[in-house]
Amino acid sequence: MQVTFYLASVVALLATAMAITRTDAVHALLYLIVSLLAVAVVFYLYGAPLAAALEVIVYAGAIVVLFVFVVVMLNLGREAAEQERRWLHPRIWVGPGLLAFVLLVELGALLTGDGPAATEVVAPREVGIALFGPYLLAVELVSLLLLAGIVGAYHLGRRPAPEEAGR
Amino acid sequence: MTPMPVMEGLLLAAALFVLGLLGVLVRRNILFMLMSLEIMLNAAGLAFVVAGARWGAPDGQAMFLIILAVAAAEVAVGLALALQLFRRTGTVDADAVAGLKG
Repeated sequence: MQVTFYLASVVALLATAMAITRTDAVHALLYLIVSLLAVAVVFYLYGAPLAAALEVIVYAGAIVVLFVFVVVMLNLGREAAEQERRWLHPRIWVGPGLLAFVLLVELGALLTGDGPAATEVVAPREVGIALFGPYLLAVELVSLLLLAGIVGAYHLGRRPAPEEAGR
Repeated sequence: MTPMPVMEGLLLAAALFVLGLLGVLVRRNILFMLMSLEIMLNAAGLAFVVAGARWGAPDGQAMFLIILAVAAAEVAVGLALALQLFRRTGTVDADAVAGLKG
């Protein structure tokens, strides 16, 4: 367990350091995904399977996809095909691929072993009971925050209407 | 079985937070600044989960879910702002909108 934790920590720190020092946004995003996956492994080791799953689904899935969409929109039309070819070069994905492979090996070892038995596992059921018990007000506030986020993102992200374009 | 180390987990969270803070301070590309903010929020969530695991309590994971929602809302609004910045100034340099500076 300890070895798995330290390995995942090293992968997370390396990937994060690479992510904040890349000059190309897509390279940074690849490393950011690996960093988030490593943190998900750490969550699992600490007996938090729900947090680990949501880390993969929401952070490495939804949030990174938002970043990819914006990168694509910023590059629209400008030598996009040639850039695509450069992004597919092996030199770019071999670093994140290696780090992700370390995580895959860890995952295999965890699944074939006896799981995160080192600590007490806090099951998703308990988290759900806590969320809709003492944290009910916080859940409602978060729903309001997400609504505000949707409306704000729609308002800020739309193209200006023709009649107000001259303003 | 030895329990998971609490101090090392908190140290990892602190190191990730500092890396994200460095990214926000050093980079001027607004996309990278938003990415670094995500790293910082993620590190805060890691600290919550580690502390929750220390006591075997679900509260840490509940707080992590709330941080997750905050990060999602923040990144949606932040990326919309980045798009507006690019449309108005033609660049993603955060210093391009320093017009309020006294």
